[in-house]
Amino acid sequence: MHDMLAKPIEAAADAAVRRLSQARPGDAGVIVDVRAESHPGDHGLGVEELQRRLLEFGFVEGAEIEVLHEGAIRRDPIAVRIDDMRVALRRRDAEDVWVRFSQRGPRR
Amino acid sequence: MNAATNVLAATARVALVGNPNSGKTALFNALTGSRQKVANYAGVTVERKEGHLKTSEGRLLSVLDLPGTYSLRARSPDEEVTRDAVLGRLAGEQTPDVLVCVADATNLRLVLRLILELKAVGRPMVLALNMYDIAQRQGLRIDLEGLQRELGCPIVTTVATRKRGVDELIAKVEETAKAGAAAGENTWREPSAAEIRQAHREAQRILKTYVRPPERPDTLTGRIDAVLLHPVAGLAILLGLLFLMFQAVFTWAAPAQDLIDTAFQGLGALVAANLPAGPLTSFLTDGVISGVGSVLVFLPQILVLFLFILLLEDFGYMARAAFLMDRIMGGAGLHGRAFIPLLSSFACAIPGVMATRVIDNKRDRLTTILVAPLMTCSARIPVYTLIISAFIPDRAVAGVLNLQGLVMFGLYAAGIFSALAISFLTRRLFWRGAVEPFLMELPTYKLPDPENVLRNLYLRAQIFITRAGRIIFPLTILIWFLSTFPGPPPGATDPAIDYSFAGRLGHLLQPLLAPIGFNWQMTVALIPGFAAREVAVAALGTVYAVGATDSAPGMLASTLAGQWSIATGLAFLAWYVFAPQCVSTLGVVKRETNSWRWPLVMLAYMTGLAYVASFVTYRLAVAAGLG
Repeated sequence: MHDMLAKPIEAAADAAVRRLSQARPGDAGVIVDVRAESHPGDHGLGVEELQRRLLEFGFVEGAEIEVLHEGAIRRDPIAVRIDDMRVALRRRDAEDVWVRFSQRGPRR
Repeated sequence: MNAATNVLAATARVALVGNPNSGKTALFNALTGSRQKVANYAGVTVERKEGHLKTSEGRLLSVLDLPGTYSLRARSPDEEVTRDAVLGRLAGEQTPDVLVCVADATNLRLVLRLILELKAVGRPMVLALNMYDIAQRQGLRIDLEGLQRELGCPIVTTVATRKRGVDELIAKVEETAKAGAAAGENTWREPSAAEIRQAHREAQRILKTYVRPPERPDTLTGRIDAVLLHPVAGLAILLGLLFLMFQAVFTWAAPAQDLIDTAFQGLGALVAANLPAGPLTSFLTDGVISGVGSVLVFLPQILVLFLFILLLEDFGYMARAAFLMDRIMGGAGLHGRAFIPLLSSFACAIPGVMATRVIDNKRDRLTTILVAPLMTCSARIPVYTLIISAFIPDRAVAGVLNLQGLVMFGLYAAGIFSALAISFLTRRLFWRGAVEPFLMELPTYKLPDPENVLRNLYLRAQIFITRAGRIIFPLTILIWFLSTFPGPPPGATDPAIDYSFAGRLGHLLQPLLAPIGFNWQMTVALIPGFAAREVAVAALGTVYAVGATDSAPGMLASTLAGQWSIATGLAFLAWYVFAPQCVSTLGVVKRETNSWRWPLVMLAYMTGLAYVASFVTYRLAVAAGLG
C-alpha cells in the first residue's frame, strides 16, 4: 500500500525528486508521490478532491512523465505526457505531484 | 397480451459510456443514423441525446449517448448525469438494460479504470474497442480473448467513422439483452484516493498482460504539437485561425443572411399587397413574417461558426487552443475554453452563448454567458455607424488615423475591457476562491469525419431553430404588439408608434432617461429596438418621420445631427455599448441556463451599466461644452 509517512523523508533525501510544478520542457522521470497538501482552502474544491482528480487522470505513483510544452505567460500552463497520453494542467495544480527526474531538458 | 406490452418487452435500453475523445458520439451516429432526438434531461441543462434502431430480429434498441467521463465520481453536471443514468437513479430515466463502454483502442489505460468502476455497478456490459483501425496501423496488439475473459464482458472491435463492427456490436448487445437483465448487485461507491491507486495498479496489470505496446506509436501528434503549442508560433497560429473564423462568420454568412432578409421582406410585401390593410395584415407582415425572419437571419452565422468549432473540436485543436489561452483568459477569471464563445459573440451573442457548452464547469460557463453580450456584435454596427456619421467629424488624427475609425475602435475596446472587468469582479465578489483546477486531456490529432461534422451541424441548426425560436419568436410578436396598438386616432399627425403602448411607455420612461440626455423620441425608439439592436435605426427613422431610412441613411444622420446635441449622441453610443437591447440573446440565455434568473440578472446589470456609462458620458460632454 501507499505509505504516507516514508515518502517525504525519502523525497527530501533525494535531490532528483522535485515538484512537477517546477519542471521545464524536456524534463522527464517517474512520479513518486501524489499528495494532498498544497494551498488548502485555496482550490475551489479542496486538496483531497484535487488529489483524486490527478490520480484519475493517471498522475499515479510509478507513471512515467515527461514535460512537453509550457505556456507563453509565466511558463503556465504545462503539457505533459503521462505514460501514453497527453495532459495539460496549470502549475499550481501540479504542486503536489512529486517526480524523480532522470532527464533534464535544455534550459533556454 | 396486447400490442403495447409486446413492443415494450421487445425494447432494450442501451447507454453509451466512455472517456471523452473515445469516438463515442461517432459510434452513436453510426448506430442510430438520423433517428436521433436531442432534448434536455429533466431539470438540468445537460443535453440528452437519444436514438433508436431496429435489430435484424426486430427488437427495438433505444440508445442513450451519455456525456463522456473519466470516472463515475462526477465532477460536472454532465458527469453527474452519466453517473446517475448508469446507477439508474436519474429522475425521469429508466435504468439501462445494457451498458456499452466505448474505449479508444489506442488509449486504454484510463478507460480500464472506468470499466472496473462500471463492473462494480453490476449491469450487463459490452465493451466496444473503437478506432481499432488506428490501433492496428500502429501495430498495437490486444489479446481480445484474454481481455474478454479477464473483464468478464463481450468485446467488439469497431471503427465508428467507417461503420465497421457496428452490426457485430448490435448483435452482441442484443444477445446480452436477451440473456435477461440479470443485473448483479451494485457495489459501486465513490472511491477514495487509495482505491483509485489500487484500481490503477489493477488496470496496469491488465494492460501489461493483454496489450502489447504499439510497434509504430503515433509521432504525428507530437510533431504537430511542437508547432501548434509553441509559445510564439502557436499563439500566432491561433490568432490567425481566430481571424479567419471571425472573417468567415462575417463574410461567408452575409450573402445567405441578405438572402433570408430579402426573402422575408419580399414575402411581407407580397402579403401586404394582397391583403387589405389592417391589424391582421400588420400582424402577419410586421409580426409573424419579420419575427420568423429575425430568428432565421442568425442561422447562417451560427452554421459557419459551428462548422469551425466542430472541425477544430474533432481535429483535437480545441484543447490546444484552451491551453494557449488559459493564462490570458485566466487573468480575468475566465477559463481557457471561454475564448471561443467570446470571440463568436463579436458576430452575434446568440451563437456565442450556445458555444459556452464547451465549458464543463458551471460557474465558468455562467460567467462567460453573462459577459458574452458585452462583445460588440454585428447588430450594433448599424447603430454605431449612424451615430458616428452624425456626430463625429470625419477628420484625420495624428496624420494617419481617422477620428471616426478611432471612435469605432474605442467602442469595440470598451466592450472587451468591460467584459474582462465584469468577469474579474464576478469572480472576486461572488464566486471567490472557487478556482477550478485546469486538467485536460490533449487528444491525439485526427482528421475530422465529414459525415459526423455535418450531422452535428444539422443538430445544432435544429436545436437553434426549435428551442431558441420558441422564445425569440413570441417575444418579437410581443414587441410588435406593443409598438402597433393602440393605433393612431383618425387625423393624427404624429407617427403611429407615438400612440402605441411602446410610445406611451417611451413617454413614461422619458423622465428616467432625461438625466442621461435622451429625449422622448430616443426613448420610444429604444422599445422596438429591444427586438434587435439594429431595429433602433429604423425606429428612429419612424419617430423622426424620415421614412425610407434604408435608402437615405445620410438624411437620418443629418436630421439627428440637427436635433441632438453632441453630448446626447455620445451618450446614445455609450448606451449601446452596454444595453441588453436584444430579446433574442435574453431568450437564448434563458434556454441555455434553463431558468429566468440569469437573463434577468443580465438585463439588470447591463441596463445599470448602460445607464451609468451614458450618464457619465453625457455629463462629461456637457461639462466640456458639447451639450
